[in-house]
Amino acid sequence: MEAFSVPTIDIEGLGLDEGGLLLVRRALADLSAGESLRVRGGPPGWDLHLTAWCRQQGHDVETHRLASGDIEAVLTRGSWAEGRWRDALESGHSRLADDELPAEVADPAWGLAARGATVEAGGPSVGFSLSRRDDLWARTAGELYRQAAAAQWDPQTAIDWDAPFDLPPAIEAAVVQVMTYLVENENAALVVPARHLGQVHPHFREVQQFLALQCADEARHIEVFTRRLGLKGHEPMLSTAGGQASLNTLLQAPDFSSATFLLSVLGEGSFITLLNFLHAYAPDPVTGQICRLAARDEARHVAFAMAHLEHRLAAQPDYQTRLQNAVEQRHEELAPTAGLNEEVFDSLVLLAGGDLTPAAVARGHAAVQQLKLDMAAGRKARLLRLGFSPVEAQRLADMHTRNFM
Amino acid sequence: MTAPTLIMGAVAYAPKVVTIWEGFKAWFGQQGFAFDYVLYSNYEAQVEAQFDGTLHLAWNSPLAWVRADRIARSRGQSVQAVAMRNTDCNLRSVIVVRADSPLQCAADLRGLTLGVGAIDSPQATLLPLHHLRQAGLVGGEDFTVRRFDVLSGKHGDHIGGERDAAKALMAGEVDACCMIDGNHLGFGLDGTLPSGATRIIERTEPYDHCNFTTSPDAPRDAIDRFVALLLSMQWDDPQVRPLLELEGLKKWKPGRTGFYPALAEAVDEQGFYGPDGSILRADYRY
Repeated sequence: MEAFSVPTIDIEGLGLDEGGLLLVRRALADLSAGESLRVRGGPPGWDLHLTAWCRQQGHDVETHRLASGDIEAVLTRGSWAEGRWRDALESGHSRLADDELPAEVADPAWGLAARGATVEAGGPSVGFSLSRRDDLWARTAGELYRQAAAAQWDPQTAIDWDAPFDLPPAIEAAVVQVMTYLVENENAALVVPARHLGQVHPHFREVQQFLALQCADEARHIEVFTRRLGLKGHEPMLSTAGGQASLNTLLQAPDFSSATFLLSVLGEGSFITLLNFLHAYAPDPVTGQICRLAARDEARHVAFAMAHLEHRLAAQPDYQTRLQNAVEQRHEELAPTAGLNEEVFDSLVLLAGGDLTPAAVARGHAAVQQLKLDMAAGRKARLLRLGFSPVEAQRLADMHTRNFM
Repeated sequence: MTAPTLIMGAVAYAPKVVTIWEGFKAWFGQQGFAFDYVLYSNYEAQVEAQFDGTLHLAWNSPLAWVRADRIARSRGQSVQAVAMRNTDCNLRSVIVVRADSPLQCAADLRGLTLGVGAIDSPQATLLPLHHLRQAGLVGGEDFTVRRFDVLSGKHGDHIGGERDAAKALMAGEVDACCMIDGNHLGFGLDGTLPSGATRIIERTEPYDHCNFTTSPDAPRDAIDRFVALLLSMQWDDPQVRPLLELEGLKKWKPGRTGFYPALAEAVDEQGFYGPDGSILRADYRY
């Protein structure tokens, strides 16, 4: 190659240990293996640094002193940089186009790389058990994540914790019992998605992000329900074996879709109705505020769950049978348990009635009966949307746990 | 009949040494070549094991090569350097001063203090002191030598001695210090020696670093196969690349011995080993 055709850079006194390497690397990146680059203009001793760097990088280099006394180096690019990217893996697109789906199966060798990155071959395979798209995908996951990120609220400032109120002891006790029950349920609602979150292949970024915020939502709910029950100096009240047995079945659901179905479509869906009920009958402003905010979050969780199951059932219509089995199995398992504990039931009646007079209790009891009907109607409506027949939707809605979640 | 396993010695100068040779062992196994390794805490024990039948070959420092060669010659035997890394060729060491130092060349060191690496470091002690002797200055007579001994017996494989000397230079505890050329660049990049804060006043002639040294009577066929497999390792191969990256090379090259004589001279000048490879320095602990 003629001397005049060799690309030349002048690093103008910049040391290789103070940024000069960046200029050399960028100039080399424009060359193919075997092509040469002339470098001039480094500070005293730079040729030693360049030689050491080239040795380490596998580039040939020759240095010589010009008539001016300056040193000039000619590098010949080695083949190593290209070699690193031979057989590199393509990992899809970072931004999904409208109606574009992520990969059907996420490659374990993509590891933790950003979706769309070019991934060097030979890296570690990371074992994510949720790596098949239809097992976890929801078309609206990205949009629901954005909504969730925008709707995060600060428990400290979103609730008027200093609002003055003083409830009769029986009503305050009812609130404390209900909050005790809510915390227990939110613990399950945090643990179930958290267990799956760590298993989601990062290729399904939108689902991963949504589940992370779902966990954050539940952490906030646990905080505000805990703060409300202790607001007047009380400790939590009763936690029953039957209630915990019901929640435990959620932890044992066989896969992500079944767990999402039982927890979110049926459980959290019912909880929205319950939280709206508590908002409506809240005896104090703090209870009202926290139930309203929590219900808003739960609605997103239900929306994600519905979107996921719609995707899965569209891809695998037979999966409907698995969902039926999940409900039936849970029903069988819970048949010998007591269901909703009496203390919670009575507390809801008292909150809806307002006091312990027979007339108020009758009103409250009717309201709780209506609550249960509303919950069942909501479950049935969601099951219909997922394609269950009206008869089947009614049957499954009625088999849902008496513990609500 | 199954071919005997080729046994190689290596010095455990850092935990990654286990990862490296376990990886090589697995890779050789996949190529149908029986290979195993023995780790030593120091090069002296490793070289001695090359002469008692324990090892077929050893991954030797340049100083260990000099000693193995001397022991073999004194016994009428021979050892060969059969392979080395591309990064073992044509290294230089430098003598560095603070940028504002009045020192301009070797002669200016007279009466001052030079920081060197470990007692057994070719690059940070033996070769720079040899270079200065060529320039007419004898360490301990014409200038004070302050040693930064880290992990003696590992022949300077551990970078700690050079780094400690560099820090002492910046702290004003020594007037100059010694290191391998790549470490001067590396210390600039990692901030040990802030960019522009030091100046190179001397550089040694090029020399070579590590090599695979065969033991006397090593099985020729197995050594040939070992070398052929090494030379076939391709950086392009994603299975091999992590091993090469850990060991710090892009390609294995056939061994050569023409760039070790300066170190052998340094060993004699500084009374490190005798002509038969015996250890002469009384203050050498390993």
